Amino acid sequence: MSEINVSRRGFLKAAGVSAAGLVIGFYLPGVRGRAIAAEAPAQQIQYPPNAFIRIAPNNTVTLLINKSEMGQGVYTSLAMLINEELEADWSKVKVESAPVAPVYNHTVFPIQLTGGSTSVASSWEQMRRIGATARIMLVQAAARQWQVPVDECHAENGVVTHKSGKKLSYGELADAANQLVPPTVVPLKDPKDFKLIGKSTKRLDSPEKVNGKAQFGLDVYLPNMLTVVVARGPVFGGKVKRFNADEARKVPGVKAVFQVPTGVAVAATGFWPAKTARDLLEVEWDEGPGGQLSTAGLMTEYTDLAKQPGKVANKHGDAVSALKEAGKTVSASYAVPYLAHAPMEPLNCVVDLRKDSCEIWTGTQFQTVDREAAAKIVGLKSEQVQIHTTFLGGGFGRRANPVSDFVGEAMHVAKHLKQPVKVMWTREDDIHGGFYRPMWVDSIEAGIGADGKPVAWRHTIVGQSITTGTPFEGFMVKDGIDATSVEGAADLPYTIPNLQVDLHSPRHEVPVLWWRSVGHSHTAFVVETMMDEMAHLAGQDPVAYRLDLLEGSPRHQGVLRLAAEKAGWGKPLPAGRAYGVAVHKSFESYVAEVAEVSIDDGKVRVHRVVCAVDCGRVVNPDGVRQQLESAVVYGLSAALHGEITLDKGRVQQSNFHNYPPLRYTEMPTVEVHIVPSEAAPTGIGEPGTPPVAPAVANAVFALTGKRLRSMPFDKTTLA
Amino acid sequence: MISLTINGKSTKVDADPNTPLLWVLRDHLQLTGTKFGCGMAQCGACTIHLDGEAIRSCVTPLSAAAGKQVTTIEAIGETQAGKALQAAWLDADVPQCGYCQSGQIMSAAALIKQNPQPSDDQIATAMNGNICRCGTYGRIHSAIKQAAEDLKKGGAA
Repeated sequence: MSEINVSRRGFLKAAGVSAAGLVIGFYLPGVRGRAIAAEAPAQQIQYPPNAFIRIAPNNTVTLLINKSEMGQGVYTSLAMLINEELEADWSKVKVESAPVAPVYNHTVFPIQLTGGSTSVASSWEQMRRIGATARIMLVQAAARQWQVPVDECHAENGVVTHKSGKKLSYGELADAANQLVPPTVVPLKDPKDFKLIGKSTKRLDSPEKVNGKAQFGLDVYLPNMLTVVVARGPVFGGKVKRFNADEARKVPGVKAVFQVPTGVAVAATGFWPAKTARDLLEVEWDEGPGGQLSTAGLMTEYTDLAKQPGKVANKHGDAVSALKEAGKTVSASYAVPYLAHAPMEPLNCVVDLRKDSCEIWTGTQFQTVDREAAAKIVGLKSEQVQIHTTFLGGGFGRRANPVSDFVGEAMHVAKHLKQPVKVMWTREDDIHGGFYRPMWVDSIEAGIGADGKPVAWRHTIVGQSITTGTPFEGFMVKDGIDATSVEGAADLPYTIPNLQVDLHSPRHEVPVLWWRSVGHSHTAFVVETMMDEMAHLAGQDPVAYRLDLLEGSPRHQGVLRLAAEKAGWGKPLPAGRAYGVAVHKSFESYVAEVAEVSIDDGKVRVHRVVCAVDCGRVVNPDGVRQQLESAVVYGLSAALHGEITLDKGRVQQSNFHNYPPLRYTEMPTVEVHIVPSEAAPTGIGEPGTPPVAPAVANAVFALTGKRLRSMPFDKTTLA
Repeated sequence: MISLTINGKSTKVDADPNTPLLWVLRDHLQLTGTKFGCGMAQCGACTIHLDGEAIRSCVTPLSAAAGKQVTTIEAIGETQAGKALQAAWLDADVPQCGYCQSGQIMSAAALIKQNPQPSDDQIATAMNGNICRCGTYGRIHSAIKQAAEDLKKGGAA
């Protein structure tokens, strides 16, 4: 625990978050127990069950979920964890998003957030304990009412039953249970007794997502609310010099045009007049140095840097000497572009700012960070600001912004207008809006010995740090190395006696952010395509070669074997088809993918992706399958089509016609196979994304003999 | 004032006739099930039916709907095809973030209405204009096949 506690304090300091605000217990009326937040060791934290569980007299059970639902199924999986121990009637369980309060903080990071594929892993014990605490109190309440010993009572399916046959429903017991002191000893079930965990369970949020009733941030309408769009500069870091809104103000429905730190805001009675007026604005910008940026220029700079030694992220043996002595060597350079997250729901934020309070409705992954930022902008205390977390129409990391861009801007707008506002981004605003997956250039030199095994590996990584300059810097950056830049590269699972991984972190105006799988989105690509090159250099089968080098990691081997077996690796394919494989660990989970591809009119066509995953104990197997299916599509969109490029500082893409996600007709068959495991649960939202690009690239090599070393693959014409 | 029928109710709308139907539905009528995704008919999130045909409401002006029948996700469950599709969607647990799903179901409903037993290729062609960033295409496909099958068993679509 001490290590985590030190990190927590470091984080608090770095985040500028008031430590006192986080360690003060959170008191809820009707609960005598207090939450001892943040600094206490996890096993001693008591969570007042009614912060998470509300039981109505009609037996409806409402669970307040402290993670944002952005498609990953967390409302269902966390509800399953609570109810495994709560033993309520699952058909009566509903979920709501929790408000912002310290009791809802992440169990590892001392803030309320959803990210890093950590929700189930970090809530695994906490949520079950919350459910068990409430169940114990309900049983105690029943025992008290019947004046019988508690061990003669049993709770199941929302009813407490005495051995005599007497029954009381949870709804009947809730009030009495609420008056009791929560127990300090809360034993949890033996996993062999699990009823919900491990069984495919339908998502609780599906019914409202098929009839249009699900409420996303964009769907929030308040009385007297204005809709606002902001004209932001054409170049990152640019500032408004002057603007002329004469024509814009003439558009019927336009109520105000004014400057905010990010640009010029247009407020109107609805989106259409606001957008129409914005198109009529004349804005002169001071572009600053961002106007000089171009992808070509960055590529030259990065490629030069990749040839020079950088900060050492990992080193053992002497890779430089070993390369000189190696029997055979291979070297390659890789390039991957900036990527926009492009969630289907464009960013938006609704704010109702009053004199001494503020309510915000938005789909955010970062409640605490956004609340602190919002409060600061309008001069309120953070406790005076409440965030209602709506459904997120996709997140992928974009809605977890350490600098609270879309919430902060909406606060500036609200401060000016003094009436409820909805700030909306268009798709163009989203694609132009920055906070991209960084552009990366990698170079690798590797050598094999006479037995074909790798003897040397020298990898140099060039790309912007995501966390430098944010509150996460103190947490993620050590000795100049941002852990998110080198994850998946500095911690190779393969046995290589001489290894050096270097990092350059150039700084410039393009804002960057975590994008589904973060650093792994490029490191898996370069590492796994290079491993494939080495297998071919050694004249060995790519699966067998990896298995041999992964002797120290049976879980890597397990998924690799399973994916290969299920795909039919080694069996002949029809002419014009080939397999490629990749295996990668991220967010503590292991995923291997085998891709089956062909070439169609010079372009890669992916027919089938067979995934094997080991994410520890599985809470909702169908939820795991959904996430792998999703991660494959997200990764393929980037691998085949995705790129954000700059010219004279201007982003050259604007909407889905030139930043195309994978479409229906391009969808491969995705098969998901889960390795049975009793290990603690690990991440599932992201780990399926990293292996797909290298698996496809390796399949293309097997088919054509051509190595794909840059994304998107569309830019390379294949034969 | 422009008159049109929305989900069976005759409605008069006081808005600029050039306003896209999407914003009439959302901002004027608070029918928020129809979503904004791109504003240029690229993603299909705003798909509704105009006289039974699937259209992209983000690029269809209000004036084009004058006197016509508009059906949105809020009422598609009242049709046989829509009901079957919603049930199949739940059966296959299709939605993830869910934002594109109104548009997906509206495109699928228009397809099933015109072609009650579509082939795999016909489904793919009909659905290719609807983007899903969560990658639910595989489950959408299963759900459409299932709904077509259920409708066949239960009578004509």
